[in-house]
Amino acid sequence: MSATTFAWLALAMPLAGTLVLALGYRSLPGRSAGWIGTGTIVLAFVAALGALLELQDRAPAHRALTSSLWSYAVTAGIDARVSILVDPLSVFMLLVVSGVSALIHLYSVSYMDSDRGYARYFSYLNFFVFSMLLLVLAGNFLLLIVGWAFVGAASYLLISFWYRRSTATRAGIKAFVINVVGDVGLVLGTYFIFKHTHALDLRGSFHAASAGAFVGGSGNGDLIAGCVLLLVGAFAKSAQIPLHTWLPDAMEGPTPVSALIHAATMVTAGVYLIARMHPLFERAPTAQDVGAVIGAATLLVAGTVGLAQVDIKRVIAYSTMSQIGYMIMGVSVGAYAAGLFHLMTHAFFKALLFMAAGSLIGAMAGEQSLQRMGGFRKALPFTYASFLIGGLALAGVPPFSGFFSKDEILLVTGERGGWHWALYVVGYLGALLTAVYTFRMVFRAFHGAPVAEARELERGHPHHAEVPRNPATGEPEDTDVGFPGPHHAIAERALPMRAAMALLAVGSIGAGALQIPHVDFVIDDFLRPSFGDSSLYATHGRDWLLVLGLSLGTALGLAGIAIAYRVWVMRPGSAARVRARARPLYELFVHAWYFDELIAALIARPAVAAGRFARDTFERRVVDDALIGGTTTLIRAGSAAVRAAQSGFVRYYAALLVLGVTGVGFYFLLQS
Amino acid sequence: MSIAWYLAVSAIVFTLGAIGVIARRNPLVILLCLELMLNGANLALIAFSRLWGNGDGQILALVVMTVAACEVCIGLGMIVAIHRRRLPIDVDELRELQG
Repeated sequence: MSATTFAWLALAMPLAGTLVLALGYRSLPGRSAGWIGTGTIVLAFVAALGALLELQDRAPAHRALTSSLWSYAVTAGIDARVSILVDPLSVFMLLVVSGVSALIHLYSVSYMDSDRGYARYFSYLNFFVFSMLLLVLAGNFLLLIVGWAFVGAASYLLISFWYRRSTATRAGIKAFVINVVGDVGLVLGTYFIFKHTHALDLRGSFHAASAGAFVGGSGNGDLIAGCVLLLVGAFAKSAQIPLHTWLPDAMEGPTPVSALIHAATMVTAGVYLIARMHPLFERAPTAQDVGAVIGAATLLVAGTVGLAQVDIKRVIAYSTMSQIGYMIMGVSVGAYAAGLFHLMTHAFFKALLFMAAGSLIGAMAGEQSLQRMGGFRKALPFTYASFLIGGLALAGVPPFSGFFSKDEILLVTGERGGWHWALYVVGYLGALLTAVYTFRMVFRAFHGAPVAEARELERGHPHHAEVPRNPATGEPEDTDVGFPGPHHAIAERALPMRAAMALLAVGSIGAGALQIPHVDFVIDDFLRPSFGDSSLYATHGRDWLLVLGLSLGTALGLAGIAIAYRVWVMRPGSAARVRARARPLYELFVHAWYFDELIAALIARPAVAAGRFARDTFERRVVDDALIGGTTTLIRAGSAAVRAAQSGFVRYYAALLVLGVTGVGFYFLLQS
Repeated sequence: MSIAWYLAVSAIVFTLGAIGVIARRNPLVILLCLELMLNGANLALIAFSRLWGNGDGQILALVVMTVAACEVCIGLGMIVAIHRRRLPIDVDELRELQG
């Protein structure tokens, strides 16, 4: 079988899983829905491996294959086929997405066990994987947009999975609206590019661009507009400033969903988009600079907000935003392999962190606030170990995977020189913040005096809430469909969860070995064919910068951990003192730099006011009174006149009839 | 004999029928007058048929008779139903369907 056949198979598996689970949800007893869902994704991963092997058999210059299933709309000037593009970049994404998804499905088999929407959950999750694979495999802009919109819809469905929680449905709507802003950006960007390249097909577009479709080169306004609009799409999907506010709220969804969609895969779609569109972006350096600056801003802002949040999932969400900021910055400055390498390692360790957080939340019976947690080190040894591994990888401590990938991005950024040094500094500042907020979580949740829940668990009794409550608002809930199930799963007692976490822990520790400077360049070499036309790809050179970066990364990671240890373990009261001393700064961080308020003031409230004004004036006066009122008055008057003729006297009708016929007869008589 | 005579008789019969339909209030009589109108028309049809030596008019007359028979069936049925429900046998009283 060729690589494209394997890719089509990888697409078909999750789709089949979605349909089977959606149609057969009544007749799937126990955990069978979960195992079916997991099985299809494992098969998709196997198919992805097949595609990888087939692709590696070919000469590097011929590692880009397209295959189209059927023609969707092929007319003059438009060539839209349902086609996929299989090249190292898409196979790389295929492997990461299906691999991490398989493990998260496995985790969910246990984690969602008592939930009443079990089959629905796996059906949505399979649908998400299908959409994501469609996105990364799409061979033309059209299919890319379809996949792009589908993942947004899947994200909405899964954020609002507990649909009787008003906070969850509101978060889902918010995510969907902001994602649609991104979709609009993507569609408009596609338009600007299509206008010049006359090709919907990705490779055709890139060929046209390199053949000089954009007159004026890097100063071409349409090219810059198109690329910036593509960036809007990427920012919305990848939660970058200013379209990032949906991601922290998206933590209302079940924890495995946060791990899969809002950490490991969907939110990295923007990174993939920029890497995929690199032939266009490299011709529009302005757009690249926008991406790099926004990425750097996001990584810093999200890092500071992560310091102040108390909801453990929100802290990890801000950390995700921050790490994606690194990736966006990386692929925007030309560090494609490094950005995608970080995408992969981040998928491992962030999914692992979320899974460990899920286990922790299970032990707290749904409670998510760090303020209520503490001392779980002995009660949850496996979760502690996983969280620690994920945390060390996130903080960038050698030899964990995050260390290599993050420093690689910053190395390439530094290589670019000039004002990119500012990004370099911001990146290392972010690394320090990352280590501090990560280990703040570790120390607050796992160290210190055990809380009541932890002591109970040490004696073998998992905590159960008297009345299940919404962790965000404290509203009482029940455990029926639409709310979380009655039992909370912890990794120590569920083999599937442990298996998934153990595999991810291995990835978090070992994935860094794929690309160690001066030792091996697996990712670099593998992705090279996809970036063959890039002038920025892999420009390693200066060794002093490499040594500086690696030692700076190690030092800042360890320093961050030391700061966190000092503040939250050695002197437990010092956090409050710092908070009191830097009150305005703390307020800024805890309100996430007031972005929600800013968007409300600048966009939401003016829009509502304009809507209200239109309703009170135009709607009420013109539409209601003039158009609708005028029409009804006219019809009412007309029918009153006609009604008067309907007297009900049969003889009267007969007389009218006779008179009418006679009249017509006379008319013809007089005419002839 | 000139066709005019036939047409004159036909017109008279038709007009009598029409006057009866408009002037009388008893549904039974209205029905009879309707028959009179139909037969007036039939007479004209047959007269013209003879004039042109063409059978079409006669066939149409037969169709009209069939329709008349159907109409009488329904009309009489309705009158009987009205009578059974002890409603007034007077079309001016039966005017619930006014607009």
